[in-house]
Amino acid sequence: MNNANPSTSAEPMIVFRHVEKWYGSFKALTDINLEVRTGEKIVLCGPSGSGKSTLIRCINHLEPYQKGELLVEGLKVGEDPKIIDAVRREVGMVFQQFNLFPHMTVLENCILAPMRTRKTPREAAVATARRLLDRVKILDQADKYPAQLSGGQQQRVAIARALCMEPKAMLFDEPTSALDPEMVKEVLDTMISLAEEGMTMICVTHEMGFARQVADRVIFMAKGEIIEEAPPEQFFRNPQHKRTQQFLGEILSRH
Amino acid sequence: MGLKEFLFLLRGLQWTVALAAIGFIGGGIAGLFVALARTSANKLLVAVTRGYISVFQGTPLLMQLFVVYYGLALVGLKLDAWVAVAIGFTLHASAYLGEIWRGGIEAVPRGQTEAALALSLRYWSRTKDVVLPQAFKISLPATIGFLVQLIKGTSLAAIVGFTELARAGSIISNQIFEPLVVFGIVGILYFAICWPLSLFGAHLERQFAQGSR
Repeated sequence: MNNANPSTSAEPMIVFRHVEKWYGSFKALTDINLEVRTGEKIVLCGPSGSGKSTLIRCINHLEPYQKGELLVEGLKVGEDPKIIDAVRREVGMVFQQFNLFPHMTVLENCILAPMRTRKTPREAAVATARRLLDRVKILDQADKYPAQLSGGQQQRVAIARALCMEPKAMLFDEPTSALDPEMVKEVLDTMISLAEEGMTMICVTHEMGFARQVADRVIFMAKGEIIEEAPPEQFFRNPQHKRTQQFLGEILSRH
Repeated sequence: MGLKEFLFLLRGLQWTVALAAIGFIGGGIAGLFVALARTSANKLLVAVTRGYISVFQGTPLLMQLFVVYYGLALVGLKLDAWVAVAIGFTLHASAYLGEIWRGGIEAVPRGQTEAALALSLRYWSRTKDVVLPQAFKISLPATIGFLVQLIKGTSLAAIVGFTELARAGSIISNQIFEPLVVFGIVGILYFAICWPLSLFGAHLERQFAQGSR
């Protein structure tokens, strides 16, 4: 994976082909087909339980899928633990609940994975972590513990922690849903600046302003299926499906 | 009761502390493996350790010591009393500590493991760096509670001929015919060790309840 040739970026980075997933007898994903090119920004939205989180969690195999195939940089994510490891090294993830390690300082959170999985020497890992913490504007909190930070600060640390692995793509699983309203903006701003720098991003979010501003495509899911997929302009102005119109009606009336 | 008798009791106390330390250290090491096996994805390991814990939690420590010392001798494996007691206490403590720590491991939020997985941390790093430090903190009060039980449980080592504190007490009592005084002192000695531990455990519990870390 490290040897992947950057000039092949015309190839899609992440490919879903007829992916299906069940939880027991409940079908969580139905015939998912999706291609994400390098540098592309995708926003996934849909009602709760529509499978959007499940979909992105399949990419780094936090959730296994049962049918179809899912490729990341041409490698099939599935049975082979080496490929799963490789994909997880290259694809960062940010969670709704931050999931920072509470017994470590902000800096320790950031250097753990590079030191353990990339075998980066401590000084180099610290230097990278400090640079990225500075970038998410939280370097002054580097020696604090997560519980001493606000939700928005914690989520920015979580973003920096994922970036410390120098990933080729980032997955965001409702990154602002657990935040107080006044903290949403600081996290979105961080994500926007990441997008502007060309990061490949798949974001599960209901922040439609963010979708309008950065998304190349907005994907609407319901009941485990991709219902509609369009550039944001078209998606918001002229949604094709009744289910999408209804959803947008509900979500936009809230804002 | 004279100084000589009191010193004899103190020597018994020494054995009591040594036995508890052996049980706790041996049981702690073995218990860590029990807890990891119990929370692993391997169904066989889970089943085996579940059975192991059931057996040692479901039978008296006295009987366990008896089986290790006299039982193994019957089948030709004659163990030194020290070794037999060390094995007995280690097995006993590993089952209890394993179960306490299993609870602690399972109480660590699932998101912690997911974040570690997403960072591509391997099993050992996820366990050592992420899960266990949090699990131990959660389990610390119960762990100290068990240590107190274990210290008192060492009195059972008397059946394989150990002169630990309780046994020392009964020897002195038989010599000077002052059971009330002797066992009063024995009780105070146990209390002097166990009570500070209990206080420490309660202190930690309070600290964690309000602590930010």
